[in-house]
Amino acid sequence: MALGDKVTRFSHGSRVPGWDEAVDPAKDPASVPDPTAVQVPPELRAEIEAHMAKYPDRRSATIPALAAAQRLHGWCSPEAIEQVATVMRLTPGYVVAVATFYDQLDTRPVGRHRVYVCTNISCSLLGGDELLHALEEELGDDPDVHVRHFECLGACDIAPMASVDGIYVGPITREEVPILAEQIRANEAPLPDKQILRRASTDPYANTREFPRPDPLAQRAVPGGAMPVRPAEQETFGEMPGDQPGPSAPLEGT
Amino acid sequence: MTDHILFHDIDEPGLNTLAVYERRGGYEMLRKALSLAPQQITDELLASNVRGRGGAGFAMGRKVSFMPAGQMDKYLVCNADESEPGTFKDRELMTKTPHTLIEGIVIAAFAAGANRSFIYIRGEYQQQADILDAALEEAYAAGYLGDNILGSGFNLSLVVHRGAGAYICGEETALLDSLEGKRGNPRLKPPFPANQGLFQGPTLINNVETLMTAPHILRIGGEEYAKIGTANSTGTKVVSVSGHVKRPGNYEIVLGTSSREIIYDLAGGPQDGREIKLWFPGGSSSPVLTKDDLDLPYDFDAMAKAGSMLGSGAIIVVDDSVSVVDVAYKTAAFYAHESCGKCSPCREGTRWTVRMLQRMKDGLATPMDLDIMASVQTRIIGNCLCVLGDAMAMPIGSMVAKFRDEFEEYIEAARQRSPYGDETPVVEPVLIQGAAA
Repeated sequence: MALGDKVTRFSHGSRVPGWDEAVDPAKDPASVPDPTAVQVPPELRAEIEAHMAKYPDRRSATIPALAAAQRLHGWCSPEAIEQVATVMRLTPGYVVAVATFYDQLDTRPVGRHRVYVCTNISCSLLGGDELLHALEEELGDDPDVHVRHFECLGACDIAPMASVDGIYVGPITREEVPILAEQIRANEAPLPDKQILRRASTDPYANTREFPRPDPLAQRAVPGGAMPVRPAEQETFGEMPGDQPGPSAPLEGT
Repeated sequence: MTDHILFHDIDEPGLNTLAVYERRGGYEMLRKALSLAPQQITDELLASNVRGRGGAGFAMGRKVSFMPAGQMDKYLVCNADESEPGTFKDRELMTKTPHTLIEGIVIAAFAAGANRSFIYIRGEYQQQADILDAALEEAYAAGYLGDNILGSGFNLSLVVHRGAGAYICGEETALLDSLEGKRGNPRLKPPFPANQGLFQGPTLINNVETLMTAPHILRIGGEEYAKIGTANSTGTKVVSVSGHVKRPGNYEIVLGTSSREIIYDLAGGPQDGREIKLWFPGGSSSPVLTKDDLDLPYDFDAMAKAGSMLGSGAIIVVDDSVSVVDVAYKTAAFYAHESCGKCSPCREGTRWTVRMLQRMKDGLATPMDLDIMASVQTRIIGNCLCVLGDAMAMPIGSMVAKFRDEFEEYIEAARQRSPYGDETPVVEPVLIQGAAA
């Protein structure tokens, strides 16, 4: 579904305020918004206030508050920023400064489903970049889905992997990409067999007894202490990138 | 089995719940700790000689002992912002046994005299944060957290604080800024967090795995714990092995185990027909080692002696199917992306390194670029508030030092392939202003 006319657009046609718009030096910077002038959804206000109560200094709640506003608005829109600033009694400038620092807070409109593909060292050695390209190809035209690369997500044991709305899945094979794409579109659990919470420890000496494995896949792989083995290379995405333009093929044979 | 402490029966179903954790003897060490004087706990930690598992390897007992005495607002922060590429040990530990972390936090906070504690967990670990939140609720309900814990008169609050995706927030002072609701920029040290940390109060910051070790040290006894491993690297360590190995995953090892045993026997080694070209012994920030270093014992001293570091205990194995230039590019691009921009040598140095590596890939580089790139690395190290820049400079510098031939061959081959071919303009030293004079 195209976004069409449903979204508010700025005068230059974009959904984002113009970054190159001239600044009026005579104008004072925005101050803490007037609480009577800004409408804040009550559930958002309640959540932000609950976060603020947890800390000795209310400003500590900035990241959780922005995350809550992002869940509601889809991104850290100017409206979301203003609402956070109103409840937290901070200037919008302060809130924007925080929002722009962190990778998970989007200061531009993006799709509702966030798909982070790890392209860091360990994942790229096993095809993280190819996985990113394949997912982009499958889902690139869907305005509801935001596929992006991410730095190390801390799951190199299931490389190449992706985080689908916070759920870690991997290792993802080439054949599974269309299945995963379909599940993301349909808002279903992504690759249930490959979710990280179902993964048993790889350490062969960790468990002194047999435990029922949380993962049906691992169950098959562990008769008599044998260890699960990563699928052979041709089944995964294989080698390192070619993600950058220009000649970057490995040097072998030259 | 003595050599599996943290990972002992880690896959027991329901270990993340209080019921199973208590049945296995959980929170007994907390009871014991609260019956001791705080100084006695610190003494046990000192006797165990356990070193921080987060990267710097600073002795935990000494860190606790740096906390000032007296009545004031003191804080304990658990660093669960596990973002070092290649590291995923804390993720598995928090997923499977979150109560060990809570028990460790209460014990350490009691020793340090802190009444407020926070777990700063990276925002990407949503599932783990949810698990921790559930465990927290159980622990509060059972009286292991909150006011007057187990009737001891000791109060401790614990909050799970979710980050939002920034590698730099794993640096302790950047973490504190982020926890205070600011951009995650590192602070000038000193003052060190033990004197002036969170909200200007004395703050003890420890890694997840370090804190999880605390209850086990009390159970085993500090002196007994010190007998595990080597003299200067005591205890066990969860090592994350990833990259070109057959069985990537977390393995708990006794410090001092041979690196070859970890990479080949436990993780299965590289795929058949492949050989290890290089490996990072302690996350992407550690200078790389080669296949000649595989027989080194895996402990803090041996890694330091080999010119690298144990870091967070994350071994990334790279086999001979990949060019070292591509690995260097990935490494540098990561640090360029994650540099917070506060200090110029890091902000500019990481970006220039990426651009120089891009030139090599594009076939536009000359052999001199390699020397310039290497010199950039030496100009970053030690010149910034935190070690993010150093964390790029050390591995890149070591790659150039150890694989210079491969870099040169790559540059030459890429030039041959590039549309410019031999016509690539070579910058002669004489053309540089002033050099001719």
